Amino acid sequence: MNAAGAVGPAAVAAQVAAVVAGAPLLAGLMRQVRARLEGRAGPGIAQPWRDLRKLMRKEPITPVGTGPAFRTAPLLLVASTAVVAALMPLASTATPAGVRSDLILVVALLALGTVALALAGLDTGTAFGGMGASREMTVAALVEPTILLAVFALSIPAGSTNLAAIVSGGIHDSARLASPAGLLATAALAVAVLAETGRLPVDNPATHLELTMVHEAMVLEYAGPDLALVELGAHMRLTVLLGLLASLAAPWGIATTASAAAVALGLVLFAVKVALLGAALAAAEVFWAKLRLFRIPELLAGSFLLALLAVTASYFLTGE
Amino acid sequence: MSLLRKIQDTGRVAEAAPPRPSGDPPRAARQLGGSAHVRCIDAGSCNGCEIEIAAAFGPVYDAERYGARLVASPRHADVALVTGPVTRNMAEPLRRTVAAMSRPRLVVAVGDCALDCGEFAGGHGVEGAVADVVPTDLQVPGCPPPPERIVAALRAVTGR
Repeated sequence: MNAAGAVGPAAVAAQVAAVVAGAPLLAGLMRQVRARLEGRAGPGIAQPWRDLRKLMRKEPITPVGTGPAFRTAPLLLVASTAVVAALMPLASTATPAGVRSDLILVVALLALGTVALALAGLDTGTAFGGMGASREMTVAALVEPTILLAVFALSIPAGSTNLAAIVSGGIHDSARLASPAGLLATAALAVAVLAETGRLPVDNPATHLELTMVHEAMVLEYAGPDLALVELGAHMRLTVLLGLLASLAAPWGIATTASAAAVALGLVLFAVKVALLGAALAAAEVFWAKLRLFRIPELLAGSFLLALLAVTASYFLTGE
Repeated sequence: MSLLRKIQDTGRVAEAAPPRPSGDPPRAARQLGGSAHVRCIDAGSCNGCEIEIAAAFGPVYDAERYGARLVASPRHADVALVTGPVTRNMAEPLRRTVAAMSRPRLVVAVGDCALDCGEFAGGHGVEGAVADVVPTDLQVPGCPPPPERIVAALRAVTGR
C-alpha cells in the first residue's frame, strides 16, 4: 500500500479517535461555559474524563430481573456511534468509509442507539425507566421524519444521499449552503439535533427530578463501567451530531483529497467548529428553560415544517 | 437581554477556594480520583441541612469545582449525604439505598441529628443516628453545618 492509500484509513481512525477522546472534553467545555455564565468557577473541562475513569474502576451492578437488552445497550450505543463517527466526513471526504456514508444509514445507526437505550430502560422494569423510554420514543418518532426530510432537501442539489458527496458539493459550490433550501434544512436539523441529544429545551441533562426526565430516566439503573459507556455514548452522540451540523452548514476545511496535511487541518478545524458550536449551545442554554413535555411536539412540528419548506424550496428553486 | 446584562454585572460569584483540607482521606475515597457523584438522602431531617447542602452546591461555595456533582440515582452515586435522625420509616429505605450504590462507596453523615440524633434524640419515631443504621465514613457536625464544612468533607472525598 502506498502512502496516499494509507491516508484514507488513517483519516477514518483519526476521526473515531478524535470523537472518542474529544467527546468528554466537549461535555466538560459546555459545563464549564455554563458554570462561568452562572458565576461559578466550574470543575474544568477534564472533569468528564475523571468521572469516566472513576466509573470504569467501580463495581458493575446488574439489577435483578434485567436481561440482555440492559446489558448490551451501553456497548451498542457506543459502538453504533463510533461507526457513525467513522462513516461521516468530519475531517475528510476522501475516506474508504466515505462511499458508504449514506445519510439515511447514519440516521438509522443513531436511531439504533436510541432504541437500544429505550429497550434497556424498559428492561429494568422500573416506573421511571418505562416512562423515560416512552418519552424518548415519542421524541424520536417526531425527530426522525424531520431529519429525513432535511436530508432529502440537502440531497436534492447534490443528487445523492451520500454525505461525502453532499459535503464536498458544499465545499465546491458554497452558494448551495446559503440557498434558502440549505438554510432552512440546517435550521430544521439544528432543532432535531437538540432533540436527539437530549439538550434544552427538549430535555434537561442536569435534572434531578425524575418526573421531568427523558434520557436520564432510562439510565437510572446503570452503575459503574456500564454507566461510563452510557455517558461516553451520550457525549459521543452530541459530538457526532454537532459535527454533522458543522460539516453540512460550514464544510470549509474538510479534506477532499487523501493528503495527510489536509486531513490534519480538517481534524483541527473539526475540533474548533464543534467546540465553537458546543460553547454557543451551552451559552444559549443558560437563557432557555425546558419546554413542558406536551409543548415539545409543537417545537418539533415547527422544525418539521422548516424541513418541509426546505424540500419545497429545493424542488422549486433548483428547477428540477 | 436583561439576563445578559445581569450576567455581565454579576461576574464571578464563587469565592476563592480555601486551602485543601489536611488529613488522610477515607480509604474508599482514594480510588475515586477527583470525581465524586453525590446522592442526598433525607432520613428524617428538618430540611435545615438540605438548605445548607443546596448552598454548598450553589454559585458561592461551588462544590462542583472540586469534582463533586449531585446525581439523580443511588446507582450513579459514590457518596451518600445522609441528613437527619433516621426515622423508623426511613431506616429500611436508607439501608436499601446504600446497598444499591456500587463500590467503592462512602456514607457522609451531615448535621448533628445524623451524628447523634441531636434535637430529636429519644423521639418515639426515631430509630437512631445514621451510624446505627449504615456504616459511615465521614461526619459533618453542626446544626445546621455551614456550607464550608460540607464542602470540606466533599473535598476530603475528591482530594481536590
